[in-house]
Amino acid sequence: MDGPLVNAPLRPDVSTTSVAEETIKAEVRGLSFFYASGMQALKSVTMSLAENKVTALIGPSGCGKSTLLRCFNRMHDLYPGNRYDGEIVIHPDGVNVLGPQVDPIEMRMRMSMVFQKPNPFPKSIYENVAYGLRVRGVKRAGLIDEQVERALTDSALWGEVKDRLQDQAYNLSGGQQQRLCIARALAVEPEILLFDEPTSALDPIATASIEELIAELRSRVTILIVTHNMQQAARVSDYTAFMYLGELVEFGDADDFFTNPKQKRTEDYITGRYG
Amino acid sequence: MTGQGGEFTSHFSSQFNQELENLRSRVLAMGAVVEKQIGDAVTALATGNENMARSVIGGDLHVNQLEVYLDEECRRILARRQPAAGDLRLVFAVIKAVTDIERIGDSAKSVARMAIKLIEAKPAGSVPSLQRLGELVQEMVHKAIGAFAGMDVNVALEVARADIAADDEYRSVMRTLTTRMTDDPKAIDWALNLILAARALERAGDHAKNISEYLIYLVQGKDVRHVSIEDRERQVQSHASQTTPQRND
Repeated sequence: MDGPLVNAPLRPDVSTTSVAEETIKAEVRGLSFFYASGMQALKSVTMSLAENKVTALIGPSGCGKSTLLRCFNRMHDLYPGNRYDGEIVIHPDGVNVLGPQVDPIEMRMRMSMVFQKPNPFPKSIYENVAYGLRVRGVKRAGLIDEQVERALTDSALWGEVKDRLQDQAYNLSGGQQQRLCIARALAVEPEILLFDEPTSALDPIATASIEELIAELRSRVTILIVTHNMQQAARVSDYTAFMYLGELVEFGDADDFFTNPKQKRTEDYITGRYG
Repeated sequence: MTGQGGEFTSHFSSQFNQELENLRSRVLAMGAVVEKQIGDAVTALATGNENMARSVIGGDLHVNQLEVYLDEECRRILARRQPAAGDLRLVFAVIKAVTDIERIGDSAKSVARMAIKLIEAKPAGSVPSLQRLGELVQEMVHKAIGAFAGMDVNVALEVARADIAADDEYRSVMRTLTTRMTDDPKAIDWALNLILAARALERAGDHAKNISEYLIYLVQGKDVRHVSIEDRERQVQSHASQTTPQRND
């Protein structure tokens, strides 16, 4: 990608809203990714995540958007033979997530992921949220109680579950389970929240509550979301990136992106003219 | 398919394609109707042809029907298709343009009404003509609608320039009529009607200019309202030189 996509002002005529003037939380630099089979899923992607903003990745199936998201928390390490080329640098410390000396487990604490289908552990509501803290070695019950309540409050679930914290998580509705997963992700106080199609298994009401939550969480955490749903990207994101065949085609301010995209391929995709 | 990628060809939903095409062609049809209405009204005024004036007044009903139809169609597309990017700009531009086109129709009707009144009350002596103002405005409407048809920002820019000429001509007509009223109080009634007709034509020109602004927004995504004509031309031309057209049809 010979991309002026990131460093050029996003609105040449209104320079005040460029990502260059935001605080940058993470930078993807020339990132390529190869699956063990040799298939190249990302082709030199370069983009930035603005701090405390929502960045959405959109694109057709197989475009590499989920692959990119999973690079952030090194999920690809779980399968042998996968290979990264390039960097993902997290600020303010400037550590390269993909560096060989970096411990993926530690990285996953800094970047929590929420998946497409709610996947609570077969444990109580309370234990689901406390789990990450226990893994981290937090022992003091009072502190864990406190963190669990805060995470459940932040995920807008506390009011609904505070009297049944010992119930099995599976007894919750789909939307509640997803908010529980968000609480579980928040409990370890991550710097970046990664959402992989977080509402595609939910009904419209539950979807709306998750989107509302994303809008609220943004003030505390940087969010990167992959979504198939273009309208969702238009509703929740501050910055939007369109990927196609492993390349970043366009990245910019969401208002411009959805009303006046610069690249024809973006226009074709968001108006439903591809294929 | 005119863009760089080559991978994308047709709209995912051919029905949606048709709906957008229908929207565009109906706006052009509505524009063509008011263009003729303005032309006929100006002719009726110049020649004192009462039948033609009455036909303009009756024809406004058709314009109003088209306005209602197009509003409804835009509402439906917004609700059911959630258009984005160029499609969104098209629907938005149509919603705005339809209002101005309908107002041009109203102006034509006003001019036709005045034409009928003026047939009876022509004063003695030489009378100023609205011929030139009428022609200027008719040309503006023609160009504004033509710019929409051809998605042509340069034609749209010409409309803004022509509006300056139309405004000058309007002021000149006003000066002449004011003098005439001072000199000949018997002509006041007649002159007032002519002023109202001139005013209606001048307003029609403003509406044509608005339509040309929506076209620039549609093609380039730029809002050029309320900027000087020099800035507008600079913005539009710099945009045209650095980007490829966004829409495909």
